[in-house]
Amino acid sequence: MNEQMAAPLNTRAPQCPVPRPDLEQVLLGHGAGGRLTAELLDSVVLPALAGEELRGPLEDAADIPGEDGLVITTDGFVVSPLFFPGGDIGSLAVHGTVNDLAMRGAEPIALTVAVVIEEGMELDELRAVLTSLGTAARAAGLPVLAGDTKVVQRGHADKVFITTTGLGRRIPGLRPSAAGARDGDTVLLSGPIGAHGTAVLSTREQLGFTADIVSDSRPLHRLVRALAPLGEAVHTLRDPTRGGLAAALNEIALDSGVQITLDETALPIPGQVAAACGILGLDPLHVANEGCLVAFVPHERAQDALRLMRSRPEGVSAVSIGQVNGTRPGRVVIRTAIGGERTVDMPLGEQLPRIC
Amino acid sequence: MRHLDEYRDPLLARALLEETAAVATRPWRLMEVCGGQTHTLVRQGIDELLPAGMRMIHGPGCPVCVTPLEVLDRALAIAARPGTVLTSFGDILRVPGTQGDLLTQRARGADVRVVYSPMDAVEIARREPEREVVFLAVGFETTAPANAMAVLHAEHLGLDNFSMLVSHVLVPPAMTTLLESPDCEVQAFLAAGHVCAVMGWTAYEPIAARYKVPIVITGFEPLDLLEGILMAVRQLERGRAEVENQYARAVRRTGNTDAQNAVRRVFEITDQVWRGLGPLPNSGLRLAGDFARYDAALRHEVGTLRTIEHPDCIAGAVLTGSRLPTHCPAYGSSCTPRTPLGAPMVSAEGTCAAFHAAGRQALATNPGSPA
Repeated sequence: MNEQMAAPLNTRAPQCPVPRPDLEQVLLGHGAGGRLTAELLDSVVLPALAGEELRGPLEDAADIPGEDGLVITTDGFVVSPLFFPGGDIGSLAVHGTVNDLAMRGAEPIALTVAVVIEEGMELDELRAVLTSLGTAARAAGLPVLAGDTKVVQRGHADKVFITTTGLGRRIPGLRPSAAGARDGDTVLLSGPIGAHGTAVLSTREQLGFTADIVSDSRPLHRLVRALAPLGEAVHTLRDPTRGGLAAALNEIALDSGVQITLDETALPIPGQVAAACGILGLDPLHVANEGCLVAFVPHERAQDALRLMRSRPEGVSAVSIGQVNGTRPGRVVIRTAIGGERTVDMPLGEQLPRIC
Repeated sequence: MRHLDEYRDPLLARALLEETAAVATRPWRLMEVCGGQTHTLVRQGIDELLPAGMRMIHGPGCPVCVTPLEVLDRALAIAARPGTVLTSFGDILRVPGTQGDLLTQRARGADVRVVYSPMDAVEIARREPEREVVFLAVGFETTAPANAMAVLHAEHLGLDNFSMLVSHVLVPPAMTTLLESPDCEVQAFLAAGHVCAVMGWTAYEPIAARYKVPIVITGFEPLDLLEGILMAVRQLERGRAEVENQYARAVRRTGNTDAQNAVRRVFEITDQVWRGLGPLPNSGLRLAGDFARYDAALRHEVGTLRTIEHPDCIAGAVLTGSRLPTHCPAYGSSCTPRTPLGAPMVSAEGTCAAFHAAGRQALATNPGSPA
C-alpha cells in the first residue's frame, strides 16, 4: 500500500448508498483498481494500518513526515504473462514506481527491490526479468540500493512477484495532488490510452491481437520535469493504471470535490485498441495504462502545458480531453460524439469479457 | 487515433435525429431487442436525444439476463464437485444464483475459469483428461454455432470428460410472446444485426406480417441505431409493416447457412424458461439425440435445487419493457453492479447495468409511473 490514508468509502461515494455486506473472501476483483479495491482499502486495509489523523486523499506516493521534499512509494507487481509486447514485469516494476513518484512531482533517487520466486522457475527466465529490471532502473537514472530474495514452493506463487520501493525528491515548485483539481482546470492527457491492458490480456489469453497492440509501459518523470516551469499551476497529476482513465478521474473528482467533463471526440484511443475492446466487450476507459498521465492545469495555462508536454517523446501526442466544470462534485461526465451525455462510472472490479 | 469512425459521425447523427423528428408525427414506441443495442443507446445518450415523446423500450436480448436461476444454481453445484472445471464467458460468472455467484465460488476453492471461446473449454478437457470440464453455454442464436462446433470438435477428439450446461434462447419466440401480451406497447422492433447475420431474417417476415409490426435489422454503432430508428419510424408513418435491413454490410436474407447447419446438427428446439419471462414454448435449444451424452445436466447429478428469486427485483418487467430500471425501488440503492439483485444489473448488456453505468438517476416521483 503506497497511498496516503483515505477517508472511508461512504464519504467518497455520496451518490450511491451501496450496501456493505461483510466480505467473506477476497476476490480477484478486489485487486483490479476499481470500486472493489476501494472497498477493501476502506474496510480492511486502512482501518488496520492508519489512524484517523493520517487519512487523506489517496495518492500515488507519500511525503515523508519531517523530511522536506522527500517522497516515498511502494508497489507490488504480479503480471501474467511475465513478458508481453512492449515490456515485462521487470521493467514494469521500475516504471510503475518511478511514475508513482512522478505523479507527486518527484524525481526518483533510489530504489529497493524484493523478489518472491516460485520454485521451479527457469533461471534463464528469472535472469531475463531481473536484467530488464536493472536496465530500466539505469535508464531512469536511479540505483537499486537494497533488495530481498525469497523462494516459495511450487504453486505458492505465479513464477515471480516483485515489490519495488522508490524514494524521490520533489522537483522545486511542483506540488500536484489528487485533491488539487479546481473549477476551470483543463484536463490534459499525455498519450493514447488502453494499450497496456489490452496487450497483456491479449498475450495472456492468446487472443491474437499481439501483433498490433504494444504496451505503453515507460517512465514519466522526465515528462513531469518538463512541466516544472508551470510550478503550482500543475494542480493534479495521475497515471491511469489499474482501473484505467475512468478510475483515475473518478478518484480525482472525489478527492478534489469537482465535476470533470470529458469530450469523447478528444479521447485518443488507438484503432486497434478500440477494435480489440469492442470484440471483448471491454471499455477502453477501464483498461490499464502504464505510460501516460493526466494533468490538471488552469485553462489559461493549458496551451503552455501542452507545448511543454509535447517537447518530450512521452508526451508528443498530448491532448486536451476535457474540463473541470459542472455542478455535480465527484462525478465524471462525458459528452458523447453525437451530442449525448453520460456518466463515466468507477469500474467495479475485474474486466470480464462478455458473451456476444 | 480517434475512437470514432464513419459510423459515429456527429454531423450525420445530428442529421438523422433531425430527419426522424421531421418524419415523426406521433410519439412512437420502438423496442431494441438486443442488449448490445441498449448499451449503445444509453452509452451514447441516443434515447434521450429522440424527438419528444418517442420512446425506446429496452428488450429481453441480454443472454446473461434471461438465463434461468435454476441453470445458475446448477452451474454453482457442478462447480463445487471435486475434480470439475467450470468454464464460461466472463460476464455470466458474476450473475447471482440463489447463493452467490461463480466468481465467489472460485474464491471458495472451486475451479472456475474464464474462457473466450467454447473451443478453449474443449482444449482444457483435452489437456487435463483427469478433470471433468463443463462449459456453461448460454446465449442467443449468435453463440449457438460456436457452441455446436465445440461439441463436434469434442466428439472428433473422442473426449469423454467434456460436457455443456446448455441454456440457449431464440429471439423470434420472445418477440412473438411480447406481441401477444395484452400490455404490449411495442409498435416496431429493431432486430439484432448479429443474430440475423447467423439466422437471416426469414423468421421475422411472418411476425411482421401477422402482427403488423415493422422490423428493422440494425447494427450496433450509433449511426446504425439512428438509421434503424428512422427506417422504423418511416414505416410506421406510412402504415407499412415489413422487414427491412439497415445492417446490409453484415446481413443477408438467408444468413450463414454453414452456421445454421452446425446448430441443426447438434441442437434441437425445445421449450425454454427465460429468467424474468417464464417458460416460452419452442424458444430454446438443447443437445439433440446422439449429442445428449455431452449434456452436463444429465452427466452431473446435483440433487434437488431450490431456487429463490429476490422479491424486490423487477427484472421481468424490465426485460419486457413494461418498466424502466429507474422505476425499480431497488435500483441504485439495494441493487447496484456491486450487489446486483437481478441479472440485468450484472452484464454490461443488461438494461439496469447500462442505466447505472451511464449515471441515470432513479425517479423521485411515483416509481410505477411510465417514462
